[in-house]
Amino acid sequence: MTARWLKLGAALALAGAAVYWMTLPEKSDPAGLAGIKPDAERGRQVFLQGGCASCHSAPDATRETRFVLAGGRRFESPFGSFVAPNISPHPDAGIGQWQALDLVNAMQHGTSPAGTHYYPVFPYTSYQNATPDDIVSLFAYLQTLPADPTPSQPHEVSFPFNIRQGLGLWKLAFQRPGWVLANPPSPQAERGRYLVEALGHCAECHTPRNFLGALDRSRWLAGAPNPVGTGRIPNITPARMNWSELDLMTYFKQGFTPDFDTVGGSMAEVVENLSELPDDDLRAIIAYLRAIPAIE
Amino acid sequence: MIRKLTAAAVGLALASSAVFAASHGGGPFDAAIKARQAHMQLYAHNLGILGGMAKGAMDYNADLATVAATNLATLATLNQMTYWPEGSDSFDNENTAALPKIWDNFPDVAKKGQALAEATAAMQAAAGNGLDALRAAIGPVGEACGACHKAYRKPKE
Repeated sequence: MTARWLKLGAALALAGAAVYWMTLPEKSDPAGLAGIKPDAERGRQVFLQGGCASCHSAPDATRETRFVLAGGRRFESPFGSFVAPNISPHPDAGIGQWQALDLVNAMQHGTSPAGTHYYPVFPYTSYQNATPDDIVSLFAYLQTLPADPTPSQPHEVSFPFNIRQGLGLWKLAFQRPGWVLANPPSPQAERGRYLVEALGHCAECHTPRNFLGALDRSRWLAGAPNPVGTGRIPNITPARMNWSELDLMTYFKQGFTPDFDTVGGSMAEVVENLSELPDDDLRAIIAYLRAIPAIE
Repeated sequence: MIRKLTAAAVGLALASSAVFAASHGGGPFDAAIKARQAHMQLYAHNLGILGGMAKGAMDYNADLATVAATNLATLATLNQMTYWPEGSDSFDNENTAALPKIWDNFPDVAKKGQALAEATAAMQAAAGNGLDALRAAIGPVGEACGACHKAYRKPKE
């Protein structure tokens, strides 16, 4: 009898240890970055493509001041309030003491330098597909931006979502490696896939989520309730996106809709970034949007 | 009894007309809200001509471009004070997207209006000088429109 209980106890402990081990934050091998040369100019492109400023600039930032990554924007979600941290190069308030590898771990694995899980409000389920070259260059660019002393604010998340180890389970369940559009029809669409699925993280707003906040990939870019506000984010699959290439280029570059209204809501800040990208990138995004499945 | 019924009927009629007014306009600021939306429509119409040329959806025509740009520049310098009365915001009126903070940050609103006036003046000077000049001038106009909308317009639902 006692032996049976002991066996059960041992099995439970083993299972617990296995779960603990499986939910440990993952890190990349530093050797993977050997030989990569950081290029801050390329890093600026990655910064714009990734839309870092749209979350990490101060709440009242303008087009001009958005390169000061002081943090402080609040994102209200069903799980609590998240506050974007300071990621300026300030040594104490920001990420001034990080190495390039720390940014790789953050973006590809959602793991902090201290080895804890980040909440997926930081879109590492998209950024996981960013190349190490791009991340290393982005890191070099971030170091050129102004340091800001504003301290990061803690997230306001309630039980059980405040247990960070639990995010390991979330990642096990929902962090799918690989691409959604498995076979892009052209090199241009493949480039667009990288910009939309990885860096641009468009799906984070344009795709609906399940009750645990994970993206529903079966409704990829088919529109969703605004994840951090009221209203809906539109369906941009071919089922609904009927703007011409000219319309889309005008929207991305100048922020004008086909009827010459201007881009609104959080998309306004996306366009601030897109408008500074080369036309080839914007055409690649359009090629990708034409290639994804039409979903009503 | 009859008097009571009449009072109830009048009360009901008043209440339902208030509901009707709320859902179909009829508020005290409707005329002002309509006027400024018409102003925005005039921007959009003239921008549509310049933007249509810029994106290649219509042929470049220097005279037409100059007319549209002159209209824009003129619109941007009109004094709009009469159509932004205090209280005509999106908090109290459902037929407008104008956020209440417009009235709290007036110096900034004026600054953004000035930026639009400058961008449209530059467009007025450029529009007749060829398609490349027009294209170069349209970006700042879009930025100026967007800067104000981003800060002061309620996002669409």
